Amino acid sequence: MAAKTNKGAPRSASFREREYSKTSIWLGRLVVLALVLGLWELLSGRAFNSFWLSKPSLIGGRIVEMIGDGDLWFHMSVTLQEAIGGLVIGMIGGTLLGVGLAFSGIFEKWIYPYMMALYSLPRVSLAPLFIVWFGIGLSSKIIMVVAMVIFVAFYNAFEGIRNIDKDLMDMMSTYKAKWTHKLRWVVLPSITVWLLTSVRLNIGMALIGSVIAELVGSNRGLGYYITYSSNMLDTTGIFTGLVLIMAIAVVLEQLVLLLERRLLRYR
Amino acid sequence: MANDSQPKLSIRDLAVEYKSKGRQTVALEGVRLDVRDGEFVSVVGPSGCGKSTLLKVVAGLLQPAAGTAEIDGQPIEGVPDQIGMVFQNDALLPWKTVTDNVRLPLAIKGLPEKEQLRETERLLKMVGLEGFGSFFPKQLSGGMKKRVALARTFAYDPEIYLMDEPFGPLDAQTRVKIGEQFLRMWDAVGKSVLFITHDIEEAIAMSDRVIVMSARPGRIKAEFDVRLARPRPFYDIRFDPVFKELQKEIWAQMADETSGGDS
Repeated sequence: MAAKTNKGAPRSASFREREYSKTSIWLGRLVVLALVLGLWELLSGRAFNSFWLSKPSLIGGRIVEMIGDGDLWFHMSVTLQEAIGGLVIGMIGGTLLGVGLAFSGIFEKWIYPYMMALYSLPRVSLAPLFIVWFGIGLSSKIIMVVAMVIFVAFYNAFEGIRNIDKDLMDMMSTYKAKWTHKLRWVVLPSITVWLLTSVRLNIGMALIGSVIAELVGSNRGLGYYITYSSNMLDTTGIFTGLVLIMAIAVVLEQLVLLLERRLLRYR
Repeated sequence: MANDSQPKLSIRDLAVEYKSKGRQTVALEGVRLDVRDGEFVSVVGPSGCGKSTLLKVVAGLLQPAAGTAEIDGQPIEGVPDQIGMVFQNDALLPWKTVTDNVRLPLAIKGLPEKEQLRETERLLKMVGLEGFGSFFPKQLSGGMKKRVALARTFAYDPEIYLMDEPFGPLDAQTRVKIGEQFLRMWDAVGKSVLFITHDIEEAIAMSDRVIVMSARPGRIKAEFDVRLARPRPFYDIRFDPVFKELQKEIWAQMADETSGGDS
């Protein structure tokens, strides 16, 4: 009956849990990055015309240039606003919808197939419609992002509720817990894992949504910058836009991972 | 509390039916059972005989198809105030520390936080988990988790303890230790217990009365009074001739059942 007091010590139990040192992980990642960028830099202009694929040094130079004249923040902040605004609204809306539907009895059976039907619709194709409805300003972009993220949020919340351990709910009932207690002690902690997954998946979706909407009709934002550059046959501009979008995604995802590590300490 | 003539828990002609995948299964039939105030009653039977179903009815988690179940003369509707349950799989909240798990029933009752923590401390000491308050369940062994679950139920301080094969998943040695500990804790509070198990020895060592259930549909097949003085030495009592005789008789009843069954 010995206690497992070796807190935090690596236990290589199953095949996914093997622990590697932090330095070896990050060193490896840097090597991969350097290799890819190096090859790109070397081959571009030698193996093929750099007009088609640009090259890292040109992209880096462009970014510095854009920081200098304020273009970078101008476009990035717009895209960020759209993506994060839509992400927040879509996550809250979708999660409430999922939780509500999971507890709604027969109503769930009526609504669920239609939610899935809407989910399978390629929502990207709705972008022109939203532009027509809400104009080329911020609101059409946010609506587009909401349309992109709400389904994953809905689905994760719904499945999260359905996966709550029934014994835990029974246990709470035997202690005469009111629903507020059940919510705080069981429901919310149970679906936290699902909500975090949902946010992580949705960061990418939100960026896709905002950029697509910008591509279709706008006069600012990274999506606009990409279309503008492509009209000018400026591949460096296109790649710069892509790199910046990727950077946003990586930073946001790291923030969520940080949050996850705090909230899921008990695992 | 109540007068002596009225049993704490009274079950009459209870039947429970399950409906799953369109098929009706009878889990319990014609069950008749009394538990007096302060009495320790065990129910043994082959797996799948509806022992756990019986507990769920008493806990108000399941509606019987027929018959009545009463606590203190009041029919059970919803979860009764008097019961506290110990689940087979502990039902600990994995995201809460040991302390938070134990103080859960006190928090639900709305006790001031200071009192919750004082009581939690006392109970953890009682089950021998002093200093483990800040651990998460995942960091504990099976036996320790079980003791947290026991401490939590004792924190709730129910009048009837409902125990659903609580020591089932433990290894033999841990089982004996925890059983002994639980028996001592129970001796101190003297509340009624309805204890489900498939372990005959465990049932005899703990109980005032052992009830044998038949395979599905579960019915009460036999009933044995355990005339062994308390407090009992939880392990050594097994060598008592009275114990051995009883064990033989109960086994004879059970063997009858299991010959065609799976377990």
